[in-house]
Amino acid sequence: QLSLFRFTVKRPFSTSHSSVDSKEIKKFQLLAHKWWDEEGEYAALHSMNDIRVPFIRDTLLSMSSNYHLGNPLSGIKILDVGCGGGLLCEPLGRLGASVTGIDPVEDNIRTADQHKSFDPVLAKRIQYKSSSLEEIVGESMETFDVIVASEVVEHVADLETFIKCCSQVLKPEGSLFITTINKTQLSYVLGIVVAEKIMGIVPEGTHEWEKFVPPEELECLLESNGFSVKTVSGMLYNPLLGSWSWMESTSLNYAVHAVKAGAWAQSHTTDTPPETDIQQHSATAGTA
Amino acid sequence: SSAAMAALRGRTLLAPLGARLRAGPRAPLRSAAYAPPLYDVVVSGGGMVGSAMAAVLGHDIHFHDKKIALLEAGPRKEYDHMPDSYSNRVSSISPGSATFLSSCGAWDRVCSLRLKPFRRMQVWDACSEAMIVFEKDDLDDMGYIVENDVIMSALTKQLDAVADRVEVFYRSKAVGYTWPLSSHSCDTSPWVQVELADGRRLQTKLLIGADGHNSVVRKEAEIKNIEHQYDQSAVVATLHLSEATDNNVAWQRFLPTGPIALLPLSDTASSLVWSTSHDHASELVTMDEESFVDSINSAFWSNINHSDFIDTAGAMFRSVISLLKPSGTAVRQLPPSVAKVDPESRAMFPLGMGHATEYVQHRVALIGDAAHRVHPLAGQGVNLGFGDVACLARHLSAAAFNGSDLGSLKHLLKFETERQRHNVSLLAATDVLKRLYSTTLAPLVLLRTWGLQATNALPPVKVRMRAFCSK
Repeated sequence: QLSLFRFTVKRPFSTSHSSVDSKEIKKFQLLAHKWWDEEGEYAALHSMNDIRVPFIRDTLLSMSSNYHLGNPLSGIKILDVGCGGGLLCEPLGRLGASVTGIDPVEDNIRTADQHKSFDPVLAKRIQYKSSSLEEIVGESMETFDVIVASEVVEHVADLETFIKCCSQVLKPEGSLFITTINKTQLSYVLGIVVAEKIMGIVPEGTHEWEKFVPPEELECLLESNGFSVKTVSGMLYNPLLGSWSWMESTSLNYAVHAVKAGAWAQSHTTDTPPETDIQQHSATAGTA
Repeated sequence: SSAAMAALRGRTLLAPLGARLRAGPRAPLRSAAYAPPLYDVVVSGGGMVGSAMAAVLGHDIHFHDKKIALLEAGPRKEYDHMPDSYSNRVSSISPGSATFLSSCGAWDRVCSLRLKPFRRMQVWDACSEAMIVFEKDDLDDMGYIVENDVIMSALTKQLDAVADRVEVFYRSKAVGYTWPLSSHSCDTSPWVQVELADGRRLQTKLLIGADGHNSVVRKEAEIKNIEHQYDQSAVVATLHLSEATDNNVAWQRFLPTGPIALLPLSDTASSLVWSTSHDHASELVTMDEESFVDSINSAFWSNINHSDFIDTAGAMFRSVISLLKPSGTAVRQLPPSVAKVDPESRAMFPLGMGHATEYVQHRVALIGDAAHRVHPLAGQGVNLGFGDVACLARHLSAAAFNGSDLGSLKHLLKFETERQRHNVSLLAATDVLKRLYSTTLAPLVLLRTWGLQATNALPPVKVRMRAFCSK
């Protein structure tokens, strides 16, 4: 989730493709052992599972005709980019998927590996690797049915390269799930001013408002790189209850489901045939 | 991380979860080759409630690939057909419980073995003529009197049907539990370790304590229990009526020493549950059969506890009611008289009240009498237990479908909140009733007399009371 793709300081023109900022790594190394404390720094990520796991699960079920409710994601290969301590990998693994989790922070991978090791079912279904996305592109062309990039793209300097890499490792008609933060006045006030400067809960500098991604920009990048955006939905965190819910507005957090063009479509540069949508909270981008 | 979520640590303002993670003895670190078998759920206690829990989970579609274990200290209980004589341990099953047992496929089996539906319930006071009658307007049953052995047999059959998912360990008493440290410490086993009497060990992601009011799970988890021993024991017996009758009424009379109840088993037999002082209970159990039968008939028919004052006051209140609400006073029917008692069927057991301050902890949940113990006067004991099972199963099923860690407090707390809200009010009400009816003091008798008469006359109150008890 909190993976660190920081190519260069300047945006949008990036020249280097694989250097990860050691300053960012140190910051997250300090918190590496806190991943699995449901009450600690990552509490809100834990409770985010309550909406993002059903979102992924139900979207994939609605696209499939052959599944068993006792093992709904069986046979599906998922890549979790920026998996952190494995908070999202484990529920997906429990639902039957074969999950590969990658994260450039070695301590995160170590924590994730150790946590899954006590459960023989998960130990078999989940593989972790300390790596960036570009590093695995070569050996994983069109390997995965699903890619999940949750709370990641707001840390990526070169979003277009990131999306291109996603497209390369994803099978045709594969699904891409993204959750991230919008770039609005509201997200500045709550996310930067309140969280970092006033309450000091998140260390100052953890987030850069400049890197927050508006859904329109994300949709545009996806559509122009061979993806068809199916669903965009706003998310809201209630700090009193510690719980997440869906909402119409995408002005704070939001989730996106996009589908990579099918093999036949790639050569014809048109979108995949329309699929059943489960949530339509805002207009999806038109066809190319 | 996201803006809103970074804004706060996500600590809820409600129950501090930190308090629920105990620092008990460390779970030993074992090499992978030596690890005891790991289950998703272990239910400790194979009584009606524990067996129902295991059966419901075993039949749940989202538990299709999960491993469940049920630990029962006693032997396996199953009957293809019931013996001719009735067992003296029976339960009053509410329609809600019947629906629940239906949902796990056990009710058909119960019906094919034996049970007795009742359509009417008459409850009245030995110190006055006040009574309350519960009756359904339609032809549905109000409840069912079922022998506990019948329910166990039905549940055992349901467990057999899912033997690939649910492993039942008979004659296996759990003697020790080792709790994991708090969820985020990484180097020791995160699971609950269970040690059986024969030395075998199991590990589990969630331990469900269904081991009765002296729950070992509850004690080892150091969950505080509010308990109170009533100065009463219940005497049970199987009785034969003087003459065959429709016998579809449940009778309960409040004597100053405690309530006596007659629950129908068949057209000629009924089950006795008589709550009374320890001394009187011992007397009843040891006296000869004729005297015992006389005591029962006298308890139901005698007017020895009436006083003129109360009778007059009661009659006066009744005439007021009949002016305001002509149909508000019902005719008091007379219970059937008893001819003899089944030999060997007399038994007694002490009564008490108990409520666990917490139903759940990290990787632990309590259900049934382990969580709450109630006086039999309301006939609710096992119904509360089945209600717990239905609620917990619902939350666990959703958690499984979300890929959650089954032992996570998040969904366990939801179960606790839902059930405590329901159970505490019923426990409190039952306790109050028990104390209110344990006296001959005129003011209190008058209070409960008028209260009962008024309640009997007011359909809305009665309907709500019955609906609450039917769940």
